Amino acid sequence: MANAIEASGLRKSFGQATALDGLDLSVRAGEVHAFLGPNGAGKTTTIRILLGLLRKDGGDVSLLGGDPWRDATTLHSRLAYVPGDVTLWPGLTGGEIIDLLARLRGGQHDPKRRQQLIELFDLDPSKKARAYSKGNRQKVALIAALASDAELLVLDEPTSGLDPLMEATFRDCVTAERRGGRTVLLSSHILAEAEALADRVTIIRAGRTVETGTLADMRHLTRTTIDAELSTPVSLDGLPGVHDAVTGRSDDGVRLRCEVDNAALNEVLSRLSAAGVRTLTCRPPTLEELFLRHYSERTVATVQ
Amino acid sequence: MTTGSLTGTTALAKLALRRDKIMLPAWVYVVVIGVSANAYAFVKLYKTASSRAALVASGQDNPALLFLYGRLNGTSTGALTAWRYGVWGALFAALMSIFIVIRHTRADEEAGRLELIGSARVGRQAPLVSALAVAAVANAVLTVVLCAVLPLIGLPAAGSAALALAIGTCGLAFTGISAVAAQLTSGARAARGLAIGVLGAAFLARAVGDSAGASGPAWLTWVLPLGWTETLRPYAGERWWVLALPLAVCAAGVWVAFAVAAHRDYGAGVLPDRPGRPAASALLRGPFSLAWRLQWGALAGWVAGYAVLFAVCGAAAKGIGQLFGTSSALEKEFTRLGGQSALVNAYLAALMLLAGLVAAAYAVSAVLRLRSEETEGRAEPVLAAASGRVRWGLSHVVVAVIGTAVLLAVAGVATGLGYGLRAGGAGAEVGRMLGAGMAELPAALVIAGIAIAAFGRLPRAAAAVGWTALGLVVVLNIFGQVLQVSHWLLDVSPFTHVPRLPGGAVSAGPFLWLSVLAVSLGVTGLAGLRRRDIG
Repeated sequence: MANAIEASGLRKSFGQATALDGLDLSVRAGEVHAFLGPNGAGKTTTIRILLGLLRKDGGDVSLLGGDPWRDATTLHSRLAYVPGDVTLWPGLTGGEIIDLLARLRGGQHDPKRRQQLIELFDLDPSKKARAYSKGNRQKVALIAALASDAELLVLDEPTSGLDPLMEATFRDCVTAERRGGRTVLLSSHILAEAEALADRVTIIRAGRTVETGTLADMRHLTRTTIDAELSTPVSLDGLPGVHDAVTGRSDDGVRLRCEVDNAALNEVLSRLSAAGVRTLTCRPPTLEELFLRHYSERTVATVQ
Repeated sequence: MTTGSLTGTTALAKLALRRDKIMLPAWVYVVVIGVSANAYAFVKLYKTASSRAALVASGQDNPALLFLYGRLNGTSTGALTAWRYGVWGALFAALMSIFIVIRHTRADEEAGRLELIGSARVGRQAPLVSALAVAAVANAVLTVVLCAVLPLIGLPAAGSAALALAIGTCGLAFTGISAVAAQLTSGARAARGLAIGVLGAAFLARAVGDSAGASGPAWLTWVLPLGWTETLRPYAGERWWVLALPLAVCAAGVWVAFAVAAHRDYGAGVLPDRPGRPAASALLRGPFSLAWRLQWGALAGWVAGYAVLFAVCGAAAKGIGQLFGTSSALEKEFTRLGGQSALVNAYLAALMLLAGLVAAAYAVSAVLRLRSEETEGRAEPVLAAASGRVRWGLSHVVVAVIGTAVLLAVAGVATGLGYGLRAGGAGAEVGRMLGAGMAELPAALVIAGIAIAAFGRLPRAAAAVGWTALGLVVVLNIFGQVLQVSHWLLDVSPFTHVPRLPGGAVSAGPFLWLSVLAVSLGVTGLAGLRRRDIG
């Protein structure tokens, strides 16, 4: 199947400031793709180029097989968008805006689906947008997007104003959308969200793609965190692939915490079992750790 | 008031002054230049008492001029200046105060900026106090500058102080009034509309009071702030105690605003927000219906204002013929110039020019709605949906064009009705004036076209370009002749090329090329919009 979004070497600058500096992004049709990066990395700029709101300075980009700048209008009838900073018309009600956005896309909501989502997200559609909180404004945009029949959903930090309960509702909805065959581009800096939802991930920083792939791919490149309680002390010194090993005494044994490159796991585990394992937790790194490592290493590299 | 409710006022006032560093001097400049350029023209052009006689004669008894400018309190150049620009200077000072106060109170609150500020070590009343302080400073600067400039032109110091204070205190009165308006509604647009509505009422009250004649309700001049500019009598035996009236209004307004602000919730108004429809009506279905939905309320306000103002102005035209009844020499001269009907026509034509200029202001504001939709992020969801940029741009442009046409039609019909019902022949007058009003449309649309072109090509400067173009045209067409501006400069304004109707000779030429110009400016702007970045 063709890719829903394909961007390579994307460039964009605003005056002196470079926002995108050769960004690559490819989103396969039917997948949930998380688009991660810290604030100011260029996520929103990329999305605005994908929506034809900004004109790229260089690089190639295609969206649903078309040119997002030239074919904006026709492409937009096939996608739904939730902006990161939802501002609505203060004098219109939430319900009116949900309907308006559907009609602007050239479609019509299934009234049952609309009602279902309004109940699910617990929104009062008769309130004027002026009176909505940030979370409620976001719900309006989300309901409008989810109730549409668009094949691609572009969600720019869609849960930043939602409470944990609503966030869970949102996750259920996205999971259901994926099963229904929709493509989702989910920009976020909330890593747990990407971890829970995404098939593949693209991490960007300072306008450039630093990593892309499935979470499994990325973990392969990284380390496993081990927490163990042992009967006797163990020495891991000099073992290649072991990092940040910390040992301490527990009540009647030894406590060990270290990070291990996946290639060295087997050797480490056999040494641990020789020392007598009482408890053991091995966990894959959270995206947070991937993220931190990525950026802290980059930062160190830049400083050097 | 709770303890510490004023903490942070100074910091906020500084912030407000910084945000307004261009707007404030521009307002002060416009008012000072307006008043002093007129004063200068009077001093230069009407040196002798005899040269002023005709002007004085026209000002003393003509209901139309009384209506527009107010009472003429004397025959000195100072009194003429105060007559010609006192009320209008005060009107501008009032507008300035309304914009400043609403911008730093309700508009910030509606946009959520005050929430951030309110969470800092800032007292509950600090935003209101700082906004009032900024408005007070602006009016004080205006007063002081006028006080200094007018004597330099050669006008008496005491009268100059009175005129400057009349204008400045009117600004203060409306500072108090807008402080109240900002507390009443939860939307900034509505608050601004409310305060401008009071200003309109003040203008009408004094206009009716001034032009009603001895038997009419002359007391109306005393009721609301704008009339006090005249009753203070600058350059004509100043009645200083009148200054207490606007100051009292200001104090009362500020007191009420504080009382309300101390008790209401953040973000809430006193007038309730009603719940609306839970689903959109079938009519709200695209960019055009959205633009209409967003703009019709404002247009309705403009139409109501136009209807009342021009009906009353039209009715005032009847008195014009009685003007020179006392002097037979003048009457002969007057008949030679075309007689009563020519004078009435000149007045009505001036009224239609005014209608055209103000309609152009409406058109600019309606077009610039595009820019505020864009900067406030509301264009994004529309453009991310399947409505092309040109359609979105056109949606607001169409509202602007239709709105301008409607306003001019209303101005024509209302003037015709007002005049016709008093002078007879209402049917014919309505038809004639409708045509005269609509004749201004192409010129007004050229100004709108400039705003569209700027929006498409220089989006950041769109508001500045649009309003500057309008300001230039207003200055040229209203003060150009008094200032004896050279002809080629007058020709810059599209309104100079519109035949003066009723009475003037009509040819298709100007309408044609003005329309072509307006359309090409609009097309240029929309073409620019297609190519540029949004946001």
